[in-house]
Amino acid sequence: MNSFKTALIAAAVASVAAGAVTSVQAETELVVVSWGGAYSASQQGAYHDPYMAKNPGIKIINDDSSNAAVAKLRAMNEAGNVTWDLVDVVAADAIRLCDEGLAEVIDHDKVLAPAPDGTPASEDFGNLLVSECFIPQIVYSTTFGYRTDLLASKPTSVCDVFDLAKFPGKRALEKNPINNMEWALLCDGVAPDQVYEVLGTREGVEKALAKLGTIKDSVVWWSKGAQTPQLLADGEVVMGSTYNGRLFAVIEEEKQPIAMLWDWQVFDLDGWIVPTGTKNKAAVMEYLRFATDTQRLADQAKFISYGPARKSSAPLVGKHATLGIDMAPHMPTDPANAKTTLLYNYEFWADNRDDIDERFQSWLLQ
Amino acid sequence: MTATDIQNGPTGAIVTADGQPLKVSLARALRRQRLFALALVAPLFIFVTISFIIPIADMLFRSVENSIVEEILPETVKALESWDENSGELPDEAVFAAMVADLKVAKANRTNSKVGQRLNYERSGMSSLFRGSGRKAVRIKEGPYKEKLIKADKDWGKVVTWQVIKQFSPNLTPGYYLASVDAMQTPDGSIQFEDSEKAIHTKLFVRTMIMSVAITITTLLLGFPIAYLIATQPAKISNLLIILVLLPFWTSLLVRTTSWIALLQQKGVINDFLVLVGLISEDGRLAMIHNATGAVIAMTHILLPFMVLPLYSVMKTIPPTYMRAATSLGAHPWPAFWKVYFPNTVPGIGAGAILVFILAIGYYITPELVGGTSGTFISNRIAFHILNSLNWGLAAALGAVLLAIVMVFYLLYDRIVGIDNMKLG
Repeated sequence: MNSFKTALIAAAVASVAAGAVTSVQAETELVVVSWGGAYSASQQGAYHDPYMAKNPGIKIINDDSSNAAVAKLRAMNEAGNVTWDLVDVVAADAIRLCDEGLAEVIDHDKVLAPAPDGTPASEDFGNLLVSECFIPQIVYSTTFGYRTDLLASKPTSVCDVFDLAKFPGKRALEKNPINNMEWALLCDGVAPDQVYEVLGTREGVEKALAKLGTIKDSVVWWSKGAQTPQLLADGEVVMGSTYNGRLFAVIEEEKQPIAMLWDWQVFDLDGWIVPTGTKNKAAVMEYLRFATDTQRLADQAKFISYGPARKSSAPLVGKHATLGIDMAPHMPTDPANAKTTLLYNYEFWADNRDDIDERFQSWLLQ
Repeated sequence: MTATDIQNGPTGAIVTADGQPLKVSLARALRRQRLFALALVAPLFIFVTISFIIPIADMLFRSVENSIVEEILPETVKALESWDENSGELPDEAVFAAMVADLKVAKANRTNSKVGQRLNYERSGMSSLFRGSGRKAVRIKEGPYKEKLIKADKDWGKVVTWQVIKQFSPNLTPGYYLASVDAMQTPDGSIQFEDSEKAIHTKLFVRTMIMSVAITITTLLLGFPIAYLIATQPAKISNLLIILVLLPFWTSLLVRTTSWIALLQQKGVINDFLVLVGLISEDGRLAMIHNATGAVIAMTHILLPFMVLPLYSVMKTIPPTYMRAATSLGAHPWPAFWKVYFPNTVPGIGAGAILVFILAIGYYITPELVGGTSGTFISNRIAFHILNSLNWGLAAALGAVLLAIVMVFYLLYDRIVGIDNMKLG
């Protein structure tokens, strides 16, 4: 009893002392904006915690505002008070922020660590550096999951989504033309390398909408990535598109009777931008050098099934931190999963998104 | 000196004890009081101005503001003044030279994509045209600029590119307002409306109004008996009932919305129950969510307290003796209720209806989650343009139109019911 009491007091004193020490040393607070949920948790585990352990002078504060990051950054910039230090955005948003001058231009080779074998960062990331302001972290994909128990046979192609006779039931699709239009054209017989050429014309847009129209009455339209896993788990839909990491979570962690359909998954990138006007630029750059090195990017894959953006990280991807399963086969970039893929066409959608979205939304209302 | 002398002063005017004329002293006291009152009101006034009036004025201004083109392409805008956009010919060499010069400056300031994005709202392709040409223009050192710029990107050789730039070079534009009613201005100045099947905003405005009225009516139908019950129960029970009405306020909006999904979806609680008792077949499960029905149900639930509370506070003040008097004078319960009690509740109905209606018009997260395609509101479009497309001008115009519609409804209400009649308690 007595020793227990002493231990308790010692622990209390130690924790107070530790608190005092950190509060003295925590001079720099970095506000890091990300998506929240499992994704922020993976960054916390792979980047933030190890970095704060190494640098007691830095305190990282999470802000889950990435889905409104572009609008909020623009508003902060107009108000002349940027309170964020580092922002996690998808590549399309990074390009837009760079276009608007809201993100800092990064000299990738100077800011980022080279690969362990000395390959400069710009080569290690390769063609994933889609903007001069963008530092990619992960490759994710938008793809389909389906209920293994509610369908008579196993869908093997993305065109099975459009086949109501063979695969009756509802489908979940994003309430957004991006990806849906591409899949519709692919399944309407357009050659993969001509998809954007066709979609760039008015007739092409109508063609894609006509194809989507064949299943329109059986579609539940989602706007948040978490909706599809829920709809699948509830049996509300028999198949649906969402981000591959969400499907991994519902399949492997929640053990739901759902399987992946990787056919014509659409790759996209997610990564960091440094907002123009951050007050802690030097500290952020130092953090970035650590958080985007080869080992750290590979570590993130322990927590979530997104592929690391560096080539040199791929061989280092190991097992899941808590489930203990091999992560490589769950990566969208795994050769077995990536037989047929599309890469999000940044330039095409930057040019045509406003127009096609307007048409898509009015089509939804018809 | 006598007392009268002090009071009347040397000149004979009435003065106070310290020798000041009474008039001056009184005015000073009143002024002090007025200043004091003003100082008390000032924080609220400043708060309302900063957080309400200025942002709304700013928003209204954004819907017509368009200085970005002239700001980033000043030389081009000047040079284009002499070009006839209806001639069908490309502008002359001077305009191209001005564009190259502007693009060089813009590229150095990283503003070329910004103006491209603005013009992309009017014509697809402008975004990549300006992003790509910024880099290419830097390499054009000397003339002929026309030839070289068209070689850099063939879109510069299209008359329509220049028409769009010229049309959107003035500092103020009606473009956003036209877009908010599904119209656009053609280069020759005439206004062209979108085909009705491709129109989106007018449809959504009409739908928003119809759905908001439907939600107001359902909250009234459900809220009136609840408010009546609470108002007529003894304090002990009515307090408990009030807490039950307020309970939803303590739960997150998202939780309330998603619990409706669990209840109403096809494999949800209600459908399961109906199948179990045999009212519907397994294949005939009702679609009650991801459509307009779902949006009306979920929003009625969320907005119900805003109807119940004003109704309750008005009903509380109606003396029960009125009804007793009516029945003792021979009225049946129904006419007594309808002719005596109900007219007294009209101020509460008015207050509740206005509150619910205005809140319903602006809701967007609930329709987004449960509305599917037939239950989305205009506010979903506004949110999209604020958060995703970053077309804040159009979002502002849509917001201003919505504001105008609310004003019209308000005036109609004032004309029909009278705003003085409204009572919140």
